[in-house]
Amino acid sequence: MKKYAAYVLSAVVVAAFIVYWLVSRPDQANMAANAGAPAGNAGTTGASGTPGGTPAPAPTTTPTPAAAGNGYKDGTYTGPVADAIYGQLQVAVTVSGGKITDVSWPVYPDSGGHTLQVSQSALPALKQEAIAAQSAKVDIVSGATQTSQAFQQSLAAALAQAQA
Amino acid sequence: MPVAVEIADAAADENIFAAVFDHFTYIDEKFSTYKPESEMMRINRGELPERDWSDDMRIIYMLSEETKQRTGGFFDIRRPDGTVDPSGIVKGWAIWNAAKIIEKAGFGNFYVDAGGDIQTHGLNAEGPAGAKWSIGIKNPFNQKEVVKTVYVSGEGVATSGTYLRGEHIYNPKDGRPANEIVSLTVIGPNIYEADRFATAAFAMGAAGIRFIEQLPGLEGYMIDRDGTATMTTGFEKYIKI
Repeated sequence: MKKYAAYVLSAVVVAAFIVYWLVSRPDQANMAANAGAPAGNAGTTGASGTPGGTPAPAPTTTPTPAAAGNGYKDGTYTGPVADAIYGQLQVAVTVSGGKITDVSWPVYPDSGGHTLQVSQSALPALKQEAIAAQSAKVDIVSGATQTSQAFQQSLAAALAQAQA
Repeated sequence: MPVAVEIADAAADENIFAAVFDHFTYIDEKFSTYKPESEMMRINRGELPERDWSDDMRIIYMLSEETKQRTGGFFDIRRPDGTVDPSGIVKGWAIWNAAKIIEKAGFGNFYVDAGGDIQTHGLNAEGPAGAKWSIGIKNPFNQKEVVKTVYVSGEGVATSGTYLRGEHIYNPKDGRPANEIVSLTVIGPNIYEADRFATAAFAMGAAGIRFIEQLPGLEGYMIDRDGTATMTTGFEKYIKI
């Protein structure tokens, strides 16, 4: 039974992770590495948020690359309807053969279309300025890379250098 | 693209750096579109049925789908040629996970920088800011210059742009390059959020900054091809030390 609960939790955590992202706000951002939600009360209904209420601090273990072989128990797991930024959200995860085979959103806020629609409409002007070079001494520089390609291509080389 | 990890805590040793680079190596081996034997390339070639995908691959697909929905389709790992390039979601995810590895090892003051996309944590007591980590936004017209400095502690900072090797982000809706703006920097609660929304908002062109404006917890600084910067209403809280 304990093992079963662990499997359920694994699947629920996946669903909860998505819910977490939709509800995360800056003042909750420090929970990023708060791994290891209590595993004892996985329950059978999923427990990532309170329906219609403030989502619980969601489990945050999922994004860590999983070791191979931590299969899930077959079935479909539906999380509770949670209050996301743009409305109500519900996640369902289907597991087949120990693998996640489908993730769906039975309830999903109308974020995309609505948001983009709003973005085209009249809004207060945002502050603008002409860019100018600074002589700032900084710790790190943020700039664009070939995001969709250069990352992997150069990563190996960078790692080789880093480990030389 | 350089990968840099700096840990301000005195106790940092080689073990933690090795763990972080092992993590990135794992990510690279799995998701690289430049390594023929990566799981990603096997999927792209149709050699790996979905039932055999790894859990991490499923998670990336799931996160990508969620991001696609949240961005009205402006974020899509499927390229115009039909192949899948997950790096738009993998990169921020991998950096964020690297930061978690460091934090779990007991360190509280560090950053992880992968090609200009940065996750900060804690403070840099010896840095020029004296406390928070200072991050310069690169001048898209002169890579040796910084045009803005932001001060963060715990946030992620990502920049999408065109200037390294020309246009590279496509509007998934019409398959054409997004080129009205040359640089968009997003500050978010972590690098995963900052990176994925920077990528999507950049693909929206000039409307991208308004998209960021509407997302709680995210701030942006957009530079257009005329050298004019547009910032979200909350951005300026990050320019104070």
